[in-house]
Order: sequence, then structure tokens, then C-alpha cells
Amino acid sequence: MTTLGYYPGCSLHGTGRELDQSIRALAEVAGVDLVEIEDWNCCGATAAHSLNHDLAVALPYRTLALAEEQGLAEVVAPCAMCFSRLKGTTVRLARDPDLVEKMHRITGRPYAGTVRILNANEYVNRLLDEGLAERLTHRLDGLKVAPYYGCLLSRGEDIVPDDHEQPTAMERALVAAGCDIVPWNFATECCGGGFSMSKTEAVVDLSDAILSDAEDAGADAIVTSCPMCHSNLDMRQRTINAAGRGPHDLPILYLSEVLGLAAGMEPERLGLDRHFVDAMRVTERVKEAKGTEAEAPKA
Amino acid sequence: MAESETKTRKKTLAERVLDRTGVDVRECYQCGKCTAGCPMARFMDLTPSQVMRLVQIGDEQAVETLLSSTALWSCVGCLTCTQRCPKDLDPAAVMDALREIAYEEGRVPPEQRKVLKFHQAFLETVRHAGRMSEVPLTALYKTLSRDLLSDVLLAPAMLLRGKLPLIPPVIAGRKEVGRIFEKCLRQDEGEEEPS
Repeated sequence: MTTLGYYPGCSLHGTGRELDQSIRALAEVAGVDLVEIEDWNCCGATAAHSLNHDLAVALPYRTLALAEEQGLAEVVAPCAMCFSRLKGTTVRLARDPDLVEKMHRITGRPYAGTVRILNANEYVNRLLDEGLAERLTHRLDGLKVAPYYGCLLSRGEDIVPDDHEQPTAMERALVAAGCDIVPWNFATECCGGGFSMSKTEAVVDLSDAILSDAEDAGADAIVTSCPMCHSNLDMRQRTINAAGRGPHDLPILYLSEVLGLAAGMEPERLGLDRHFVDAMRVTERVKEAKGTEAEAPKA
Repeated sequence: MAESETKTRKKTLAERVLDRTGVDVRECYQCGKCTAGCPMARFMDLTPSQVMRLVQIGDEQAVETLLSSTALWSCVGCLTCTQRCPKDLDPAAVMDALREIAYEEGRVPPEQRKVLKFHQAFLETVRHAGRMSEVPLTALYKTLSRDLLSDVLLAPAMLLRGKLPLIPPVIAGRKEVGRIFEKCLRQDEGEEEPS
């Protein structure tokens, strides 16, 4: 059985709970063993690199050192922010031995640099290769989706292993799940990220544009892997509508939820019932699409 | 240059940015690509390319304009500028360094207090528990920013969806994390001394 380390990150215990649920559920289907890093700490997110550059490296460093000590060679960090901070730290440490020494001094922990960090999109594709592809018995044929990467799952030289302007990792998985991909323009645009509370007006503006473009493209849903994008597009959709935009009514799904549905898992098990904008309807949409398809030859 | 001169001369802003980020802003040739792709540019008083230019100029007026600008506090860290810079200059890291300097020197513009308070509340939560959790973070942010009423209506809906854990997580190594905070904050104080 393949073993992967797991770094849920703070959001996945709260706002991003369905991401945690669906990531764990998929591992079970694929027969992969997810081992949570013991006593992991917060990656520091935007706050740390905004105010203190040492802290922005030291916090991820402690977690990396723990993972190494616990024998975890590969660690899945589904939150896009955690992924960017952890992977970015491994890249910087690999380039700069002085930084390694400094972090060793600050944290009191050694780190030899053996841990590889995977994001949620890489993780899903990895599971597909590990046998998940053969277990997608409930393909979501006819579901039109807009794959949304946002910033931190598309950008970062040496951080995101994909094309930085036209990434394709999500498309690969979505096609495997049977979805139709709609061409659209906002796949790598920013939703406003961590300004959800402190600059809500910016989030309203940026996220409204993303929702509008996906609707114009005829999407039934936007698919993301980032809990911040998810909360800005899903939880904030009512804030956006209340600001006189839209009105929008577009389900926002996690890639791991989509793959879970395609594997025939109950929507509740994947956390689809926890969304602010009703997401349970996508299963209905799939049934409808299948219905029309079945009738089509007769007509 | 005589060694004594290097020792006594005050570092320019460009040099301080170079120390913290490894980015030499003198290489910027003002193509404007960072500004063109910046999703937050329209919310900023200075665009990213203007920020780069002012660091290059670096005289007293330029430094004052930069360190009191709202642009530093409006950068969302999306990395679009860094991804597209034809000179590989990492404007996002320059923004981080300038924000850090402005913060250390107590020059945060009053209207940007909310962003600073959010970052501080976030770090305070992590310093004490080792992890962030929505309830203590929001409570602390609202106390610090005195922005008590916004978003209160989201709380019941979040609770209903199991997205607001009421018992905040605390890790076994919380004291260790606290010590990491202390050391990082102390290191920064030492950095500005002439070497």
C-alpha cells in the first residue's frame, strides 16, 4: 500500500472541512494510506510573509523537519496556501545552505531536505495513476465545469509543476471523471485570497468577475482545489450578491469532491452538504444529462 | 570604496531590499508587465512598477512615499508579477520586504490598519496555539480592528455547516512554536545594525 504524508493545514479543520473530507475519502477508494504529520503547525500563510520573512520560513521548516523525522518522504498539502508556503520553503532551502543553518538555529531542529510536497491537483492525478482511474464507475457525463486554479496552484517557478499561464492538471482529472470542460478566461485569475475579512470590497470585485465569466461560458459549476478560493466564491457568493452584483447561483466544487462523486461516493460523505451555494444539485444535473443522452437516439 | 565608509554610510532602501530578498531592483527596466497583470493594481495608490521605480530612486521623498503607501498593504501575494517579470525580479518579494520595513518603522497608513490587524491577529493565534482557528482569530481581529459588526451573520451559517470549530486546536509543541516566534522577531531587530 502506498503511504503518503498528510498536512491538512488549519483551514481544513474549519472553513475548508469538505476538502479534508473528500481528500481522505479519495485516499480510501484508491487504497492509499494517508498519514497525518504528528504535531504539525500552521504554515504562517500570508500573515507571516507579510510581516516577518524569517517566520515565513521557520514555521514551514518546523513542519518539514517533523515530516522528515517521522519518515514521510512525500506529503500532501491540499490547501493551496499551505502548499505554496511549504513547497516554496523546500525550494529556498535547497538553494541556500546558509538559510538551512539559520533555520536549524531558530527551530533547534535538523532538516536534511528529503521531503517532497504535493498539491491537491497533483495528489488527485497521483491517485488516478495508483488505481483510482479504474474505480470511476459513476462518470459525471454532461456536467459542464470551469476548472479554476487561482494563483497558488498555477504560479511559482519550481513550485507548481505545471504550465504557469495555462495549467492542465485539473483538466486531466476532470476528463477522467467524465466532465465537459468549458473554455473560459479566468482559470488563473485571483479571487482576492486572504483579503476576505480585511478588504472584502476587493474580494467582491475579483470574485464577481470570476463567477460571471464561468456563467457566461455555460458552466454548471466551478471546480477548485483551494480553500481560500472556495470560501471567497462559495461562502462569499451571498456577500457578492448583496453588493448588487450577479445575482450569482453557481455551485463551487472541490476537485476531490468531483472525483469522489465519479467514484460513486455519497455526496454527504464528501462534504457537498456543507456548501453555502447548494452543491447537491450537481448530482441531479448529471442524472438529467444522462437522461437526455439516453433519450437522444430515439428522437 | 573605503571599508570605513561602508560601515558608517546608512544603507539605501534598495540595499535593504536586496539584503532581505536577494532582489536587485536596479535591474528593473520598467516594462510595466507587473502592473498590467496585477489584480490589485486598481486598489493601489502606487502600481507595482511605480513601487519598483521608487525603490530605484531611493531619495528621502521616494522612501517616504513608498513606506506610507497603501499599495504595500493591498498586495494579495498572488505572484502574477513574479511569474511574469522578464528580469526574474520577484516584485512580490519586494512588496513583502517594503511592508515589513514599513511595519518595523511604525509607518502603517491608518486606513490600512485592518490589514495589519488581521495579520497580527493571525500570527498571535498561531504563536499561542501553534495553529490558526477561525473563532479565536476572528475574535482577536475584531477586537484589534474594532470592526465588530461585519460578517457576524456568517457565524450561524458556518456553525450549521460544521465549519466553525468551537474548541480551538492546540499543538503539543506550542511552546516550541512560541520560541520560534521570539527568535524570528529578535533576529529582525538585530538586522539593521551596521556590520
